[in-house]
Formats: sequence, C-alpha cells, structure tokens
Amino acid sequence: MGFELKNWYSDKKQGEVVLEYNGSITPDLITEALQSIEQNLNLKNEKNRVRKKVYNVFVECLQNLYHHVDYPPETAPVERSSNYGIIILSKDGTFYRISTGNFVKKEKLNYIKDRIDQVNSLSDEEVRMLYRDILNNDEFSDKGGGGLGMLDIVRKTGNKLEYYFYQFDDEYIFFSLDVYIS
Amino acid sequence: MYTLVNRIATSMETIIREGSPKTPFVRLDGESGVVEIKGRSIPENSVEFYKPIIDWLEKFGDAPSDETNVNIQLEYFNTSSSKCILDIFKRLELIHKKGNPVEINWYYEEDDEDMFEAGEDYQSIINIPFKMIEMEE
Repeated sequence: MGFELKNWYSDKKQGEVVLEYNGSITPDLITEALQSIEQNLNLKNEKNRVRKKVYNVFVECLQNLYHHVDYPPETAPVERSSNYGIIILSKDGTFYRISTGNFVKKEKLNYIKDRIDQVNSLSDEEVRMLYRDILNNDEFSDKGGGGLGMLDIVRKTGNKLEYYFYQFDDEYIFFSLDVYIS
Repeated sequence: MYTLVNRIATSMETIIREGSPKTPFVRLDGESGVVEIKGRSIPENSVEFYKPIIDWLEKFGDAPSDETNVNIQLEYFNTSSSKCILDIFKRLELIHKKGNPVEINWYYEEDDEDMFEAGEDYQSIINIPFKMIEMEE
C-alpha cells in the first residue's frame, strides 16, 4: 500500500476544522491564515492563555514550513509550487490539533527524526534550560530560529511532537507532524 | 566636552513605528530615555525588522539619558524574534553597566504563563533587574 494523501487528510480533519490550507507557504499567506483563525468563534471564546498559545504555535508551525519546505515531487497529487506545504488546525474534543504535512527528500529524514526525538526526550525543565542555552548562543541562522522552533512548540504545548514519515516514492518522504494544545 | 555630549544626546532622533499584523509598535525616544515595544512580533525576517532598533540603541548608548525606561508589552512573539529581543537587552545591559540606570518593565497578561516565562528567560541572561508587571484582562 502506497501513501494516500486523501487518507492522511481525512485523519487530520477529525473534529471541527478551523483552518486548512495546502499550497505555497508565503509571508502573505501566513498573515492571512492568522487573521482567519482570529475570527474563529471557538478560539475567540477560549481563555487568553489557550487562545494565544494556539496563535503562537500556529505561526511557529507555518514559519517552520516557510523556512524549510521545498517543491513537491512531480508525481505528487498536489499543485506544483515552491514552498509547498499543508496545514490543518482543528478542534478535536478538548484540544486543538495543528497538523502539518510536506514532502521531503529521503536524505533529510534522519536529520528531522533525530531533531524531534531529541526534543521529545527532554523533561520540561530540560526543555527550558536548552531553550535558554540556544537563545543565548550566537549560532543563529539567517532564518533566525536556530533550532528554537521545535523546542518552543514543545515548551508552549507541554506535549510531545507526534510525527510520521510515509514513503512516497524512491526519492521522497511525506513528513507529517501533529501538535496538540489543550 | 559637556557641550559635545549634549549635542550628541539631543541629536538622537525619535523613532516611532506603528504596529502591523506581524510587527509591534515601537517608540524610541532618546530625549526622555524611553524604549517601548508593544504588540506582537512574528515577522519572517526578524533581523531585518530589528536592525534599525539595535542600531539606534547602539548610538543611544554613546550618550544615554540619565535614566532609561524600557517597556516591553508583547502579546506574543516567534522564535525568530526572540534572539533579536535578546540583542536589545544586551545593548541595554551595556548602558546599565556603564552607570546609566536602565529600568525594564516586562508586561504580561494575568494568565499568560508563556509571556511570564519568556520574561524569566531574559532575566536569567541579562544583568538588569526586571520589573514583572501583571496586567488584568
């Protein structure tokens, strides 16, 4: 069984979909997407704490995609655009789920996996300490994040990152990431 | 010497930037020694946004006012801004170390533990006492 994008979609859309987007991730799209979720009544009625966490983590996820994603493979059933990514925000029961999906070249798999496994292995206190260490070192990339993105998401949500790699073809993997906020 | 310093001090231009959906309101007032950043800070390219502010602080540091009041009232910010905000505090720390007191007011909303913790992060790195100010919703 090969990877079916539509199955992935229906899985991630469980609950009430606040926003879904697939296509080119650009700065304007990020602004529009944020403005759109700010109009969502569920979120408007949330406590400040939850609402701001969702906005903040949502932006971080989108900017992660913006800084890192590539063209999708030619055979993928999606539009051919640079910076191609998918984001879905849904309210599922008592929590909000942000799912992102994007195609990556196979050789990047280990790097991404190690990164996430490392962040997931840390206790809350270790996450805080590592965040401060990286914040205060000078090794920041031009993109600005310098590895803080994933740490920040784990720290704000207090939950581990859930990820899946689906083999798409010989060259590409579909990388799926779920973040839960409650 | 006094006149020279005075001339530099009064030649500091005031910078005011209105907020935008991704960038905060900024007021840098050299004459009254006020640095204010309010709103949200989530630009994709934070270095570009913050560079003029860092440059201004560097110039201001050559002839700071007797006292500098800093008000940081952020709604939320992305990780790309976090390092730039630290750079601002590092500039202010230099001014403080030279004997020109800097007061930092870090505002956060009542139940916003994330923004409170962010203030603690900076406090753990920067040697200037922070005044943590809770705002009611």
